[in-house]
Formats: sequence, structure tokens, C-alpha cells
Amino acid sequence: MKQLLILSGKGGTGKTTIAGAFIKLAEARAYADCDVDAPNLHLIMTHISKARQTDYYGMEKAVIDTELCDSCSICRQNCRFEAINESNGKYEVDSYACEGCGVCDAVCPIGAVFLQPAVAGELMLYKDNGVFSTARLKMGSGTSGKLVSEVKKQLKQEAADADLVIIDGSPGIGCPVIASLNGADMVLIVAEPSLSGISDMKRIIATAEKFRIKIGVCINKYDTNKELAQKIEAFCQERDLSIVGKIPFDTAAIKAINKGEVIVDIDCPAGWAATNVFYKTLKLMNS
Amino acid sequence: MKIAVLSGKGGTGKTLVSVNLAAVALDSVYIDCDVEEPNGHLFFQPKDLQKERVTVKLPQADPELCTGCRTCVNFCKFNALAYIKNKLIVFNEVCHSCGGCLLFCPQKAISEKEREIGLIQSGISGNVRVVSGMMNIGEVSGVPIIKKLLQDSRKENKNVFLDCPPGSACMVMESIKDADYCILVAEPTVFGVHNLEMVYELVRIFQKPFGVVLNKCLEEENPAEDFCLQNQITILEKIPFDLELGTMHSNGQIAVRKHPKYKELFLNLLKTVSKEARHETASDT
Repeated sequence: MKQLLILSGKGGTGKTTIAGAFIKLAEARAYADCDVDAPNLHLIMTHISKARQTDYYGMEKAVIDTELCDSCSICRQNCRFEAINESNGKYEVDSYACEGCGVCDAVCPIGAVFLQPAVAGELMLYKDNGVFSTARLKMGSGTSGKLVSEVKKQLKQEAADADLVIIDGSPGIGCPVIASLNGADMVLIVAEPSLSGISDMKRIIATAEKFRIKIGVCINKYDTNKELAQKIEAFCQERDLSIVGKIPFDTAAIKAINKGEVIVDIDCPAGWAATNVFYKTLKLMNS
Repeated sequence: MKIAVLSGKGGTGKTLVSVNLAAVALDSVYIDCDVEEPNGHLFFQPKDLQKERVTVKLPQADPELCTGCRTCVNFCKFNALAYIKNKLIVFNEVCHSCGGCLLFCPQKAISEKEREIGLIQSGISGNVRVVSGMMNIGEVSGVPIIKKLLQDSRKENKNVFLDCPPGSACMVMESIKDADYCILVAEPTVFGVHNLEMVYELVRIFQKPFGVVLNKCLEEENPAEDFCLQNQITILEKIPFDLELGTMHSNGQIAVRKHPKYKELFLNLLKTVSKEARHETASDT
């Protein structure tokens, strides 16, 4: 099983659009959306069957038994996350701020604080044309990295015999991205020709390089700023990173997405370019 | 007044909106909370830079005192500790610095040291004080940096604009916690709507007053606008899809400082937001 991961650093550069195109072109039997904070891939993938849904439990959360609590405030003094609030002598846990470390539970002299399992999101699994694993983190939850690992685990269990796995990643360089990089065979970085895009691309490349994974770069909407697109190419050449193609800005792509289609479903310049990028990426991954 | 600019999806124009609003306000502070991928400083090019390291506390055991009882290892909910070959090992990246290991060590063998996870850079760009949180590459969580940024921001009595990270997870939550008003930036795609829904839910959980800026509006149908209309959400502004604006922004230029047309657009937006925010505060009391 080979894992192709699509990342970008910056958000909105076109990861999901490209992932959708790749899945279609590869007739992929296994794919996942690891952007658990803002999953979108399911919006352009057609699924006949309903998803199998499983609750995802993140860290446990502290709860104070107000009947028992004698307001000694020891828990509050020892909580480093400012997760315990006091109002009118009543103590209460702010479950958004609570990281589930268990210090309050352990310091409470009368056992009025305890930890309780908490649902932090939902895992979804679609099984029809292929196996599609995705998830959605609950509002304001932490531990997105752990949920990403669960998405990948679910995919592995259900599609153990697939040769190719296509994974849509999340923006940024932090925990969900690092969790998605674990075990990937190749990373395709979708870059965008803007000053912000270049800065973010450099940071995601530096992050991916720590994992010693093969990296390919494609430039999306390259014609919106050709000068900066050239800068990206120059940077990649200097660093010995492969450019797997350039995709033009194309309003037809936006229309396709709004109809719930992938860009290779329609005849348009962005779709043709994405097809090209796909074959070059596969070649690079298998080289 | 503290205004948080957010969007579930990345790349919708959070930085465009927050940078230009801060630049058009008379005397303001721009705070970049997108610590994984901070970009605001690329636009402002702030001068007189000051850098401050952000550190977290990391446990370390005194081998002389540690008896290998594993109380700390068993306590740690994050699996950040292991006792291997007569030595306590700390997995830096997963440690949440809760202090439990230190608190419960029967031998008092654990102390804490500081570990750098990023920095806060501040400087001046004309009328704007520019503060950026920057997480070191390879780090897992930037939450402590955001917390520090927000702590510092509480001392500000000027208009503060918070450029938030994408998504609706813990990082975003931290950023909007003490905002007076939230601006949700959405783009006209089904992706945009789906992610707008998520931040919409988030601002409602936190009972924050908010409005939406529709960015990159094309002539065609706008699912994000439809969503706002259906849910009776205030539309603060519609920014058209505009090549000139796009090019300026991609080159790191601040539109309101370059062109009167955009100055007017963002001044209007600022006025609307101020009015909305004041209205909200008034109705609270």
C-alpha cells in the first residue's frame, strides 16, 4: 500500500480540488480526508450508501460533583489551563479549556472531581466505489492529531489490499499535519504564487523534510502571478525538489466544485493540467 | 475593541481582511494568531522588531533522586513519559506541561526547564503595531503561543485585529475567546459554505456577536450568500473577485495603502463593524 498525501501549508490553495481529481483519475479504491477541522472532500465525492458513523473520544474531561465539592479551590490553584472557574463559591470545569491532564482529580482531597470520557468528534466511513475514511472534529476540540491517526487506521483496516491510498491533508504544519505525514510515501505540495503562499510552502516543505518523505510540488493558479510562480520553480530547483506541474486559474473549476463534481469530470484547462500533474506525481512516487 | 477574523476554511481572505482593516484604522494593533503559517508580517514589513521567545515547561528528573517508582509515568495522560533503562525519558512534543508529574513525584525528583516552541515578533508599520506569533517548525501545538499573544493583547486599549488560524478547533477557540466581535470570511463555493457553517456554530457556542464578509464574489450564484440569507446572518461586506486586488495581495501589498478605492471599501467595512460591535455591547447592558 502506497500513501500519497496532499498538503499545502497555506489553506485554500486547492488540496481538496486536486485530491478529488486524483481519486477520480486513479479510480482509487481507498482514500481519506485528514482535514478533520474542516473536511470538504465528501462534498465532491459521490456516495450511494450512507456513512458508517462512530463517535471519536478524545481526552477525558474533568467534571466537578457540585454536591460533594466544598469549594476549597485546590483544583483551581493547580490547574495550569485555567479550566476551573469559580462563581459565587461554586466551582465548574470549562470543558473547552480542560485538556484532561487529571491533576484536579488527583489533588482533590475529597474526591469531588473526576474524569469522564468525552466525544470530541465523529469518524465516518463510506464503502461503495471505494473505501473513503473521513472525520469531523467537534467545535472547539483539541487532539486533532489523534483523530487524523484514527482516520488513517480506519482506512487501513477497511482497505488493507489497496495499492494506492490518496489522502487529503489539512493546512498548517502542526499536529494534524504531522499525524498525516506519519507513514506517507510521498507528499504532493500544492503551492500558490503569492508571498503568503511561498512563505507557507517553505514551512511545510521544512516540516515534511523532517520525515524524509519524497516531495513533489505543483503550482496551482500559477497564472495569477507568473513572476511568483517562477520564484517557486526557482526555489524548488535550488532545493532539488521536483515540480510536477502547473495548473491555471480556471473559473470552470469553481463551477464544477459548486455542482459537486471534480475538475476532471469536465473539459477545462484546469482539469487537463490536473491530469498531467497526476501522471507525473505517480511517476515520481514510483521512481 | 477586539475583533477576531476567522473562517473554517483556509485561503478565504482572513489575512486580506484583517491586514487591511488594521491598516485603515487610525491607531491599531494587528495580531497574527495563525502561528503555524503567519503571513501578516509579510504585508506590513514591520520595523523596530522585537522578538520574544515563547517557552513551555518541560519536566526533567534528577537521576540522583529518582527511584524509578513510575508514579509520574502512570499519571501522565499524554504518554509523555517513559522509564527506560533506569532513566526517565520525556517526549517533548506530546507533553502538555500540566505539571502533574512534578506535583505527584514522591521523591520530589522532578523539576522543570523551559523549552522554546516559537517566538512572538512585534514591530511598527505606520499606524499599526504588528504582532506575530511564529511556531517553530516540527512543533505539534502552537496553543501556548496563541495564549501568550492573547494575554498580551488584553493590555491593549487600541483597536485590536486578530488574524485567526483556519478551522474551528482549539487554536481558533483560544483566539476568539475574548474577542468583542467576530468577522467570518467566506468564499463563494460549497467548500466555503460548509466551513462557514462550522465557524458559525463556533461563534454561536461562544455567544460572540458576528457578521460575514463575502470574499471573491463572482457574478454567478453565491452559496455562501444564500447561507447567510437563509440563516439571517448579517452580511458586512461583499468584496468582489478582483484581479487587481488579488495581484496586490499576492505581491504582499496592502491594498488600502495603495489605492483609494480599496481604502474606501475597508473604511466602510470598519465603520459597519464598529457600529455592529457597539450595538452588540449596548444591547448587552
